[in-house]
Amino acid sequence: MSLAVRCQNLTKTYDTGGQIVTALNGINLDIPMGELMMLVGPSGCGKTTLISVIAGILDQDSGLCELFGENLQQFSNKEKLQFRAQNIGFVFQTFNLLPALNAAENVAIPLIINGMNRHLAERKAIELLTQVGLAERWTSLPSQLSGGQQQRVAIARALIHNPRLIVCDEPTSALDHETGLNVMHLLKSVALQKDRSLVIVTHDARIFEFADQVAVMDDGHIIDVKDSALRT
Amino acid sequence: MNYIAIKMLMGDKGKYIGIIMGLTFASLIMTQQPATFVGLMSRSYSFISDLGLPDIWVMDAKVQFVDDIKPLQDTELYRVRGISGVEWAMPLYKGLIKARLTDGTFQTCNVIGLDDATLIGGPPTMLEGKLEDLRRSDSVIVDIDGATEKLGKPSPIAGEKTIPLKVGDNLELNDRRAIVVGIAKSTRTFQSQPVVYTTYSRAKNYAPKERKLLSFILLKAKPGQDLHELTLRIKQNTGLAAYTQDEFKELTYQYFMHNTGIPINFGISIALGFIVGAAIAGQTFYNFTLDNIRQFGVLKAMGTSNLTLLRMILLQAILVGSIGYGLGVGLTALFGYATRHTILAFKFPWQLLVFSGAGVSIICIFAALISIFKVFRLEPAIVFKG
Repeated sequence: MSLAVRCQNLTKTYDTGGQIVTALNGINLDIPMGELMMLVGPSGCGKTTLISVIAGILDQDSGLCELFGENLQQFSNKEKLQFRAQNIGFVFQTFNLLPALNAAENVAIPLIINGMNRHLAERKAIELLTQVGLAERWTSLPSQLSGGQQQRVAIARALIHNPRLIVCDEPTSALDHETGLNVMHLLKSVALQKDRSLVIVTHDARIFEFADQVAVMDDGHIIDVKDSALRT
Repeated sequence: MNYIAIKMLMGDKGKYIGIIMGLTFASLIMTQQPATFVGLMSRSYSFISDLGLPDIWVMDAKVQFVDDIKPLQDTELYRVRGISGVEWAMPLYKGLIKARLTDGTFQTCNVIGLDDATLIGGPPTMLEGKLEDLRRSDSVIVDIDGATEKLGKPSPIAGEKTIPLKVGDNLELNDRRAIVVGIAKSTRTFQSQPVVYTTYSRAKNYAPKERKLLSFILLKAKPGQDLHELTLRIKQNTGLAAYTQDEFKELTYQYFMHNTGIPINFGISIALGFIVGAAIAGQTFYNFTLDNIRQFGVLKAMGTSNLTLLRMILLQAILVGSIGYGLGVGLTALFGYATRHTILAFKFPWQLLVFSGAGVSIICIFAALISIFKVFRLEPAIVFKG
């Protein structure tokens, strides 16, 4: 089975005003292609730091983190940016949509970053918004959309450039139960493919059932990796 | 990405308008105040500009500026006429004489006495009457601003505007009768006193009795004559000062620059405008960036390079700078247009557009730099913080 992400003995520390805090302490984790991996654990256990390293937006202090067989630490800044722009999609807890842009414009951003003409990118964005059930709302600003609709726009934005890894940070925590489940169904049905993996950081036990594997973190360690047997 | 930058900028209308207002204010101050300053300073030599015909002005060697009259003997005129390279030389009287108005009040006037035969040195534009009418006895020509304002007759109705002096009205200049035969348009002078034109011989009659009454000698050089050489020759042969028109303007301008507080006062206003404008615009633009820092973080996480973000911020700065500059300059132009017929001084040469453009550019670059610095140091991992 090919791996989307391979982490070996990953460490990361922060200097918080003279005090050294170890966020990742010898993390070993493999995420296979085509699977949905959830990272769970208490606040401050290092989940967000781990997905930041996996997504290539934070450098580890030591250890190895490979994405699709590539060690991003050996990349120049420019190569790293390009790799991220082409291969990774993001879904955030607070959606992080640009408030001045309408839904289609928000979804089109990754394509524009990758050099596509804005009008063509927006046409593709409207097609994808149709797939996620927002065909009629593509001209709406984020402030005119409900939380669930905003998250669907964010998912469309994460998918538009056909990335190989989608990193989601608490995608359901700002949503009510039913909307959260709808978002997870959408992620599982639209986002997950054989050649694409999902990493989801969550506290929300109600969505564990959607995971192929759940990695439990505590104090900078992976203390357990469970497969779908954990599903409720 | 340019489109996204513009949408981000205009998305928060309150902040967008705040930045524009700050830059408009800075641009307005940086053009309106200098335009008033230039207008005021150009009035210091407006009398020289109005007399376009002579090439060279000859005067006492100690004269410091156009209103610093140190009279010459009439015989100096003949000495100047005898210098080679001089086509013609004419006398000009310029002095302050009190006029008695019909209601008994007095008004100091700038009386200009023109050569009796040629009337060289007359006003640039006649609005009523003809310059030749000065050949009639006791005749004077009054400038329109003086006739309308300071020499006007009080209205019989209390609180009403003064009645402008018109052709046929009488004045008393130093207890002698003067009849208005024409109304002229001349550029306002620094002191904004009414200008009264008459002949040289009549001006001498109006003027208080002095041994010397010749203020300036105006001369025209022969065709092909080098003006600088001619001024040197006049100085060597007569001991008088001789300046080309531009040199005399410069002499007058420099006197006001170095001997009055005007440049410092206006300089302070302009500097304050710049500082306040820079502070308002810089602070608002920086706040705008801080408010959007998460959005910049999202773009960075998604793979946008620092260079692209730099271009986006610069575009935003250029856009608000251009709009603020345009509005500021437009308001200044409107101010100038609205006050064109008033006593307020205003002159708006193209150099001021460059000056204020440079000022607004510096403010925008400053505002953009502090924002860019913040965005460059931004860790994209910020996007994962709740």
